[in-house]
Amino acid sequence: MEFWFSERHTDNVELSIRVEKQLCSRQSDFQQIDVFESDEFGRFITSNGDVIFSEKDEFVYDEMIVHVPMAVHPDVKKVLVIGGGDGGVARELSHYDEIEVIDVVEPDEMFVEVCKEYFPDNARGLEDERVNIYYQDGLRFLRTCHSEYDLIINDATDPFGHTEGLFTKEFYGSCFKALKDDGIMVYQHGSPFYDEEEEACRSMHRRVCRSFPLSKVYQAHIPTCSAGYWLFGFASKKYHPLRDMNAKRWNERNIQTWYYTTNLHNGAFMLPKYVEDLLKEEENF
Amino acid sequence: MNIEAQKKAPIYEALQRFRKQRVVPFDVPGHKRGRGNRELVELLGEKCVGIDVNSMKPLDNLCHPVSVIRDAEQLAADAFGAEHAFFMVGGTTSAVQSMIWSVCKAGDKIILPRNVHKSVINALVLCGGVPAYVNPEVDSRIGISLGMDISQVEQAINDNPDAVAILVNNPTYYGICSDIREIVRLAHKNGMMVLADEAHGTHFYFSDNLPVSAMEAGADMAAVSMHKSGGSLTQSSFLLTNKGVRWEYVGQIINLTQTTSASYLLLSSLDISRRNLALRGKESFEKVMKMAEYARNEINSIGGYYAYGQELTNGKSIFAYDVTKLSVFTRDIGLAGIEVYDLLRDEYDIQIEFGDIGNILAYISIGDRIQDIERLVGALADIKRLYSKDNTKMLSMEYISPLVATTPREAFYAEKEALPISETSGRICSEFVMCYPPGIPILSPGEMITNEIIEYINYAKEKGCSMQGTEDPEIEYLNVLK
Repeated sequence: MEFWFSERHTDNVELSIRVEKQLCSRQSDFQQIDVFESDEFGRFITSNGDVIFSEKDEFVYDEMIVHVPMAVHPDVKKVLVIGGGDGGVARELSHYDEIEVIDVVEPDEMFVEVCKEYFPDNARGLEDERVNIYYQDGLRFLRTCHSEYDLIINDATDPFGHTEGLFTKEFYGSCFKALKDDGIMVYQHGSPFYDEEEEACRSMHRRVCRSFPLSKVYQAHIPTCSAGYWLFGFASKKYHPLRDMNAKRWNERNIQTWYYTTNLHNGAFMLPKYVEDLLKEEENF
Repeated sequence: MNIEAQKKAPIYEALQRFRKQRVVPFDVPGHKRGRGNRELVELLGEKCVGIDVNSMKPLDNLCHPVSVIRDAEQLAADAFGAEHAFFMVGGTTSAVQSMIWSVCKAGDKIILPRNVHKSVINALVLCGGVPAYVNPEVDSRIGISLGMDISQVEQAINDNPDAVAILVNNPTYYGICSDIREIVRLAHKNGMMVLADEAHGTHFYFSDNLPVSAMEAGADMAAVSMHKSGGSLTQSSFLLTNKGVRWEYVGQIINLTQTTSASYLLLSSLDISRRNLALRGKESFEKVMKMAEYARNEINSIGGYYAYGQELTNGKSIFAYDVTKLSVFTRDIGLAGIEVYDLLRDEYDIQIEFGDIGNILAYISIGDRIQDIERLVGALADIKRLYSKDNTKMLSMEYISPLVATTPREAFYAEKEALPISETSGRICSEFVMCYPPGIPILSPGEMITNEIIEYINYAKEKGCSMQGTEDPEIEYLNVLK
């Protein structure tokens, strides 16, 4: 008997993964959380039926959202991770000795528990002694922060679910306020390929490019994401993601990666024409 | 309230039975369960168009209820502590008007606060009743009209001993309540009825921690917007009558203007919403109160905004406050409420109930989630950061005491001429001017226009309030009596 997990990407397209078994199914106050074991992607976790990450491809995402800003900002001491309950982002951040504080704000405590149980490799990132976990709403946490952080990473992926508030003008504005004068915010920018997601992608850029003096977008290939294609946003008060990238310094750190390189860093900002066009349209909106 | 009986929903159940019978329709509506209008089905869904049916024996008739609608109305009356409940399908406007027409004939006086909804004065235009206004106090800081102080009600009764009724907002749009029990006592002592506009007070019937409801306070009739805090479909409402009211006569009055094709979507939504409130209302509104209180504290800690609450009460003009309301005074950050209202919608995709000159009102209900509250608070914090201005040039809203020159009906139907608004000072207005929402008239037919009022109208227009009521859609001309 075959057992398939399907995630609907559009009304007409599904991603299906054959699964060995379901490991966990829990309902939290915020979402339905399920964990599956599969041959192709190893373990993967879903929120309300959408894949959050899999063992096989989480490295792409966690590396790209951490190393890109870290190779640009010369002196990151205090980092805020919004929604990073699985610990993958904290794990990548823990490679950097100069970081003093990593605040992780995750509303859903149950999500963290499930990750600790089923994804210990990610969750070990949360055990770093510089990490503080706050079980709180991201917007609420940010409201009282003024010029505190060098880097804010918005790890939330879904602009339609319970993390909707993390894709809004008030969120980007609150991040701007919470960052120091040379701070950087990176965030999930969604997938631009299918129509419905294109609109979310556009509205994110429309809002961020009006909230920050510098707003660029970079890309990665992530198989379990919609269309296998994912964008990240790089919003900055001062540093340019390419001009201020210090390859020599980063390479001297000797951080073990499987996706990120400083060459790829430059390449990731080179976008397909249709993506460039839609971003430009929103900038001139 | 008989909880076991409240578990029933007679209209809803009748519709379920009716659906199973698969009756062939050779009656209206002509879309015939949607078959004749596929686009309508596409829009609303099979289930919805399937119960858009006509009055018939198994489903009763709203104009003369004898079976399931009557049963549903009795359950509603029991749930709300009323003697009788009428299901209304023309909005709470129709409930307010029927209430007034039931007690007030041409030439009869009715005592009311000036900050009534326009439907009240509309009712007087049509029936020829004469308003006797109780001047409400205005809070000098937040600039909103308050409730009626008992001493002023007494004064109004002494000045108008022949009045037939007193109308009370329970509460006002902003959540402010008068001492309705005492008003009932005074009114009844003087042979007057008490009518309550409870468009914003449905939830009062389902909590011990909220202001007293009109029925409990002994008012004679109440118009209750089930579609606001009660959760039913837009346009559906209750008219409640208390002991001693000839509800059969009220039914006749309702039938003067009510449709003979009442929508079963609206009727069944009233029925199941009543059931929901009776069974779960108390706990739902506890949650709403907590959420509103949380939002108030968070908004007040931003600084610059004043989200007011229980502390406003003074035992007189603010006898009680409805803590489910989230009203915020915005003028201290240099923005009119209407400007914050526009920014929230245009820049933050957040739609709130209304903004006036100095305040906004966000409607918190049984459908809200805490993450949405966080968005609202986050957006207000961001608006303060990005848009706050110097507040010295802002108009504070003062209560403008109306100079009533003639009755609403006489003014509305009189010979009139249209004049540019700047030339109307000293003339008598023959139409309404109001910001919508909240829909409380700035000018009513029969009132004298003053420079102060013209200044206020111009300021509200400049700030972007949506103005209504005049024949001229641009509100540049006003109709005045010749």
